[in-house]
Amino acid sequence: MMWVTWRQFRPQAVTAAAVLGLAAVLLAVTAPHLVDLYNSAGFNACHAACGHVASNFLTAIGSPYRAMFEAFIVVMYLVPTLVGIFWGAPLIARELETGTHRLAWNQSVSRTRWTAIKLGLIGLCAIATAGLLSLMISWWASPIDSAMNFGQPNSGSGFPRINPLVFATRGVAPLGYAAFAFALGVTAGVLIRKTLPAMAVTLAIFAAVQFLVPNFVRPHLIPPVQVTAPLNAYDASELMIGVPGNHMTVVGNFSQPGVWLLSNQTITPTGQPFTGPAGPACQGNSSPNACNDWVNSLHLRQLVSYQPASRFWPLQFIETGIYLGLAAGLGLLCVWSIRRRRS
Amino acid sequence: MIEFHLDTRSGVAPYLQLIRQVRQALRLGLLREGDQLPTVKDVSGSLAINPNTVLKAYRELEYEGLASARPGVGTFVTTTLSSDSISAYNELSRDLEGWISKARTAGLDDESIGAIFQRSIRTAVQEEVR
Amino acid sequence: MTAAIEASGLGKKYGRHWALSDCTLSIPVGRVVGLVGPNGAGKTTLLNLATGMLAPSSGTIRVLGGAPGSGPGQLAKVGYVAQDAPIYAGLSVADHLRLGAHMNPGWDMALAAGRIRQLGLALKQKAGTLSGGQRAQLALTLAIAKRPELLILDEPIASLDPLARREFLQVLMETTAESEVSVVMSSHLVADLERISEYLVVLVDSRVQLAGQVDELLASHQLLTGARRDPATLPASQRVISASHTDRQSTILVRSDEPVLDPSWSVDQIDLEDLVLAYMGQARTSRPDVSDEFGTKILEEKR
Repeated sequence: MMWVTWRQFRPQAVTAAAVLGLAAVLLAVTAPHLVDLYNSAGFNACHAACGHVASNFLTAIGSPYRAMFEAFIVVMYLVPTLVGIFWGAPLIARELETGTHRLAWNQSVSRTRWTAIKLGLIGLCAIATAGLLSLMISWWASPIDSAMNFGQPNSGSGFPRINPLVFATRGVAPLGYAAFAFALGVTAGVLIRKTLPAMAVTLAIFAAVQFLVPNFVRPHLIPPVQVTAPLNAYDASELMIGVPGNHMTVVGNFSQPGVWLLSNQTITPTGQPFTGPAGPACQGNSSPNACNDWVNSLHLRQLVSYQPASRFWPLQFIETGIYLGLAAGLGLLCVWSIRRRRS
Repeated sequence: MIEFHLDTRSGVAPYLQLIRQVRQALRLGLLREGDQLPTVKDVSGSLAINPNTVLKAYRELEYEGLASARPGVGTFVTTTLSSDSISAYNELSRDLEGWISKARTAGLDDESIGAIFQRSIRTAVQEEVR
Repeated sequence: MTAAIEASGLGKKYGRHWALSDCTLSIPVGRVVGLVGPNGAGKTTLLNLATGMLAPSSGTIRVLGGAPGSGPGQLAKVGYVAQDAPIYAGLSVADHLRLGAHMNPGWDMALAAGRIRQLGLALKQKAGTLSGGQRAQLALTLAIAKRPELLILDEPIASLDPLARREFLQVLMETTAESEVSVVMSSHLVADLERISEYLVVLVDSRVQLAGQVDELLASHQLLTGARRDPATLPASQRVISASHTDRQSTILVRSDEPVLDPSWSVDQIDLEDLVLAYMGQARTSRPDVSDEFGTKILEEKR
């Protein structure tokens, strides 16, 4: 049964191997130069304000490497999606659609074993492919990731690793996504029984999950760190007065490198969000200092919620565990569904 | 070795057709004592008929004493037409040829000759049955 | 002796519609059995129940003494060719043989390779490029080479040309001659089944209409022709299967264990195709408004 699974999977395996090979070559060729640039940037010398060194480095690497960096992010988003659509959805749907299941299920192998081996073997290949790519890309990008970790959340110098955009493309998370997308595809194929609709449904559901998890689930996997501090208007990162002047927002500065900022609220002493109105000191032709002094007199406070950079790996492991659990559950659902007689 | 054929439209059971073809082959001298009949596998494979049909025919031939089965080897013919039968055959053929030229002289065409012959055979068979 | 297929009150329902109902059969082993009926009669449903592809809605079915499809042991005993012989289009002929070897512990590779050679199939050829007849032969080879006790064939040759059909049946008969395998083959062509089977099951409108040894069935049915007469006047031992009447003449098909000796009838044997057609017609026209003045069921005019 192993041979049969492998033989049917061979074309996809070859494609995956080619992609991995290509990626490996590209990464291996360009990595040493990147490492050199990093080592000569002066990170070992800086102690406190390394943000400056970091942004210099990120400019120095030039646009080809930055383009590669962004391209690899796209690739790592694509890989689990494509695995789900092209490895998962057709796996059993194609057999049901072409009737070959009537050939396969009447050999001397039970349906449970048939399903379990297909799911297991190809699922492992999916995880391995995503894992290897993630390993290679994370390793290649580590100079850039380190530099970005020195950056400020809103500094515009890129995205620290824990930021949702990059988080999904590093570490072990892609393994969970690949396993889940694969299992989702196979399940869709088993339930819908036609390949193309199963592919479409897999894409839709996977995309929805990948949108919902970073926005609504991941922030709460570990309770975020909450800090409150007095707001200094002179330090504010943002001060906006709406026309005709009833509405005003102030956003305090928050500078901790490499964090994932979840929310940054400005609240009044009574605990309500501060929305204005703008006092006379902030209207008309008054000077900025006058306005800042008036704001400070309001004794506003800054309420910040965030995940620190140190939580990158814990979040990775928890999230991957959840996705792997979902994948296993879907796998069991597939096996159960196929055991129920269907012609 | 002889080859069998089947006429599915003749209304005659397949196994009877096989038996008749063996008897006919014996008459014509195509089969002699000691010749092997085609194996059950070969006959059922070439005619696409049930092997038990062939077995039934061969068993009937054995019962009539025309053939005998040697397990593991095959089925073999056990008689030859005696030379008496052959000479009787030749004599009857000559008689029939004479009758046919008589009928032709009397003005009968081939179809009428065939009709007379069929009717006589049928009468003879019906009398046998009674 | 274990029956090849033993069904008791077997039924399968889809929503409200019974695809097969009240099916009670005992198909003997070691025979070639034909399963005949019009399209939609329930032949595929019955065979799917026998291979475990479907679960019954009512009644029971046992195949070679075991529950259909229940585990590798049972699966190994039954070889199956589904309708239109599905095969993997992207795999080569040789790959299919390897598939058989890996998925069947009882696989006989010498037999399989020998058959493929005899058929003249190229080992490297992708199965998707084979002709219909070649695909059917490949599927049959796969079913035979696992050395099953029972071969179940669901209309494997329905869409093939006459030559391909004949070649398929030749291979099937050769196999039956060589081994003790039982065969259950469904078809809507009576002529094919008449050549190869010794036991026949007629399925019409989801029910078994007739089942038995072919020569017994042919011997026990007689076609009676004579002066016009109400079939109800026939003795109880002569079961009327179908009757048709003109103004002067009646033609009645009866089933009877004893010979019909009534001199007012001219008695003829009936061939298998007409026998099956008579049973199909009887099942189809069992509607009250179609009877004639005698209240009998009218046989559809045979063209």
